[in-house]
Amino acid sequence: MDTIQVSKSMRPMTGAQAVAEAMRQINPDVVAMYPITPQTPIIETFAKIVADGRASTEIIRVESEHSAMSATVGAAAAGARAMTATAANGLALMDEIVYIAASMRLPIVMPIANRALSGPINIHCDHSDTMNVRDSGWIQIYSETAQEAYEQMFLALKLAEHKDVLLPAMVCQDGFVTSHGVENVKIHDDETMKKFIGEYKPEYALLDVDNPVTYGPLQLQDYYFETKKQQVDAMKNAKRIFLEIGKELSQITGHDYGYFEKYEMDDAEAVLIAMNSTAGNIKAVVDKMRKEGKKVGMMKLRLFRPFPYEEIAEALKDVPVVGVFDRAESFGARPPLYGEIRNALFDLDKKPDMQSFVFGLGGRDIFSHQIEDAFNMLLDGKMTDETKYIGCRGC
Amino acid sequence: MIFMGDKFPTQEHLKKKQNYKDIPRAGLITNPGSSMLNKTGTWKAFRPVFDAGKCINCMICYSVCPEEAVIVKDGKVSGVNLDYCKGCGICANECPVKAYEMKEESEFKK
Repeated sequence: MDTIQVSKSMRPMTGAQAVAEAMRQINPDVVAMYPITPQTPIIETFAKIVADGRASTEIIRVESEHSAMSATVGAAAAGARAMTATAANGLALMDEIVYIAASMRLPIVMPIANRALSGPINIHCDHSDTMNVRDSGWIQIYSETAQEAYEQMFLALKLAEHKDVLLPAMVCQDGFVTSHGVENVKIHDDETMKKFIGEYKPEYALLDVDNPVTYGPLQLQDYYFETKKQQVDAMKNAKRIFLEIGKELSQITGHDYGYFEKYEMDDAEAVLIAMNSTAGNIKAVVDKMRKEGKKVGMMKLRLFRPFPYEEIAEALKDVPVVGVFDRAESFGARPPLYGEIRNALFDLDKKPDMQSFVFGLGGRDIFSHQIEDAFNMLLDGKMTDETKYIGCRGC
Repeated sequence: MIFMGDKFPTQEHLKKKQNYKDIPRAGLITNPGSSMLNKTGTWKAFRPVFDAGKCINCMICYSVCPEEAVIVKDGKVSGVNLDYCKGCGICANECPVKAYEMKEESEFKK
């Protein structure tokens, strides 16, 4: 039997605990807290860290997520490094202030434990919560594992605070699957991570009384449009700078932070695209099918906003068939990730055939045999114009 | 892009609307007190015309004007600051001696 090498810095942790550990190392000035399943263990773990004196953060206990995001916006405008965390209906309740945080250009970082939006009320994983705010102007980074969620907190923070970006960022992980599942997580050295993120020096801060500014004034027909165009440019910058900061973070962690991860894609005849934890399940199926001589591959998308259209088109240009796994529905339209991928492929001279899959709504399990069936559907050329609903009875 | 220390908006900026790259991000106002530059008096459709001969200096108009546009000098009402008067007509409505007459703004633009 092989000996498993366990480094001292490897610790068994849930995704939620790993993200709280990142927050300990970041030591934000202010964290506004309101519990919601399955995000609660993030703030719970972090509150204990603060109570134990291992972080000097000011915790604000608020009465709703609308207040949590409002308090975070206020703290960030005051000049603080400010955070909160949420999921599902909490994110929906924040919605109004989520847009305001982005338009006020406040570099807030918010970990998310993805959960299905009500109704019917449900506490388990899907991506309807973050898809609901995909046009809010936040950067959205998705994580396959607890390790990725942990490391991408630092990437998100440094990207959000970059002077050419100044946008808030969500770091998403799958509710329960990742947030409550225990994995071995390598926690990087405190000093190294502190040095990586550096000191936060806001250019405009309400508490900088020598240079008074007004945050969030009225802009009507005269200037609102110009302010929106600034957000468009900031997102373009975020896409470029994401890779630069990712390379810098790679030096510390040894992991890659491309817009997406390509798994066995080089000679693949069929590729499935997914986000968050299901990417791991698909990798296992790819390994099994490769052993059987079937040329299948996977693309795991890390950066959903800003969306890397050109790079995805380039990566998929020689793939005959592409299937897209959405864990959210867009009622009356094509599913969100499928729509974006299809959009990205429009400019190719030779477009791959496509198939849309929706799976796992409300935490419905997805099994290896179902992923294998999806690959076989693509390999056999049985694509349809309709979305295939995996695991939904009667579909 | 305007940077720290640069003030926005100034009188200069109000003369011509600025391009999106030439204003602070997020609509930030970096010139404190610059709301005074915005002459809201241009909004009015009716203008109060003040008759000092009728005025008894009761100060009702001064206390009810929502824009603090009634000018008082040495304890006496001396007229209305038309740069900020929005023409709501509360002064004329409340005046017990009818010292204000509301006239259409178009009459003054002939």
